[in-house]
Amino acid sequence: MNSSRFILEGKDLRVYKGGSLVLDIPALRIGEGEVLSLIGPNGAGKTTLLQTLACLIKLSQGEFFFKGEKVSSNHEVFDYRRKLAMVFQEPLLFDTTVFENIASGLRIRGMDRSETEKRVSENLERFGIAPLKGRSARKISGGEAQRVALARALATRPEILLLDEPFASLDPPSRESLIEDLERILRETGTTTIFATHDRMEALRLSDRVAVINGGKILQIGSPAEVMNQPLDEFVASFVGVETILAGRVIKADRGSFVASILGQEVEAVGEVPVGESVVLCIRPENVTLIFSSQKHSSSARNVFPGKIVKIIPIGLYYKVQLDCGFPLVAYVTAHSLENLSLAEGQEVVASFKATAIHVIRKTRKTQ
Amino acid sequence: MDLVFEGIWKAFCLLVTFDPEVMQITLLSLQVSGAATLVSLIIGISTGTMVALTQFPGRRFVVSLINTGMGLPPVVVGLFVTIFLWRNGPLGFLGVLYTPTAMIIAQAIIATPIVMGITLAAIQALPKNLRLQILSLGATRFQMVWILVKEARLPLLAGVMAGFGGVISEVGASIMVGGNIKGYSRVLTTATVMETSRGNFDIAIALGVILLLLAYFINLVLTHIQQRERPR
Repeated sequence: MNSSRFILEGKDLRVYKGGSLVLDIPALRIGEGEVLSLIGPNGAGKTTLLQTLACLIKLSQGEFFFKGEKVSSNHEVFDYRRKLAMVFQEPLLFDTTVFENIASGLRIRGMDRSETEKRVSENLERFGIAPLKGRSARKISGGEAQRVALARALATRPEILLLDEPFASLDPPSRESLIEDLERILRETGTTTIFATHDRMEALRLSDRVAVINGGKILQIGSPAEVMNQPLDEFVASFVGVETILAGRVIKADRGSFVASILGQEVEAVGEVPVGESVVLCIRPENVTLIFSSQKHSSSARNVFPGKIVKIIPIGLYYKVQLDCGFPLVAYVTAHSLENLSLAEGQEVVASFKATAIHVIRKTRKTQ
Repeated sequence: MDLVFEGIWKAFCLLVTFDPEVMQITLLSLQVSGAATLVSLIIGISTGTMVALTQFPGRRFVVSLINTGMGLPPVVVGLFVTIFLWRNGPLGFLGVLYTPTAMIIAQAIIATPIVMGITLAAIQALPKNLRLQILSLGATRFQMVWILVKEARLPLLAGVMAGFGGVISEVGASIMVGGNIKGYSRVLTTATVMETSRGNFDIAIALGVILLLLAYFINLVLTHIQQRERPR
């Protein structure tokens, strides 16, 4: 593979902080124009990775290359930094006007007046903040401030844009409209972007690839669909929204499918797994259907389990229904079906899910 | 009580007639304290910023020294500056004892820790990630420091005022190293001390009023800065 296809390539990236390893990434390749999101809980190492790539944190070990050229962390590091831009969770605006804030990166580069003005106006328009131009950056709302911060970053026309949870402290409406605008702007400019977030929905929306990070390591990296539907381990599964994660052992294996014993219950799943192997079954809550115990189930689902509703929790547009079917199972139902089926805690229902809807993690493979 | 009213009346006359001696003393006061403040700004802001931005062993100790220095007793400063500048002292060859230069040196020593301490606090009060944000905008180290100082300009201005206010009203060091020589090293505070001891209350009150006016003006500016609306 030709390495120049990658705008950024890291090898054995390691950072120690206070004696402990906080970043440990054997290989990282970022393609030109790609939007990669880093998802993981707080303290997972997302910020450390971004700041390392911006040369704001020194690598303890390893090296990385920008367009095939090694990035040295010692001298002329600001030459490299001028090819990228970073936006933090806080807007970190300067105590001056909105215009001057957006111009600040260009002033640092000593850009001439007319070009500066052109680029600032371009970004004021892009982010819909042109009317704020002459306002003090201290007197605008949080959402507007974050728009100014993004405009300031993009005004430098970075080759790589690093975003460290830029929406995390915004209220939902401002966040929604800003994500929409950013999505459009990134598509227009084709800027390579690395985007850290702990919100998987943001990540799925904006990115070409998703990397799940925890404990300073990339646990899985792949397309959003891949990471969502085929998580490599239980941590990734739970982080991408798989509610039911069941550990069991294969007791029957047929061609292309197998049966696993989960707390004494038999669950059928798809895959070539030999008898005796330990597996983890991941079932997304939206793939579980609920019917009345008295109703005849006509679905093609092979996994049908009678159970009892343990708890019903409202989560926005859906209700999360926790079931006990001999093993714990979680289903999402709409408010409409909750009413239709008149579901209530303690009630007996029948849950079903397709064998193909189960994502199988083979545990034996990992121990090798 | 007559003494006071009479004094105030004479002081008023001296002021409105722009008495040349009073004017000369006021001007020298402003010159000496202004120069001393300027020196303290150069040393105080640069060192204060450096200490705020770097980590080194013994940093806590240095910070505590600076904070202590903010309350340096002028008399002690006067004593040591006198010893150093004394004819046989280590810096005696300069021959500046009992000159305005000596007063500038002593006052700068008093004002520098004040400016330094306020700079240190102001730079440290800036958001933690601001440095990283400035660097990630492509700034060199020098540009980064410059932008940080600009961001802290309001509290730094308070530092300037505090430094200037501290030295213009200081008397101990000025009288010790300046000698209160008429028409040469006599400033508002030293003149006030002398005129009071001589019983010339009118002149002393006039000088006092000028000092008070200066102090009022400084505080006016400070209050204006402090009360300026700064959301977030």
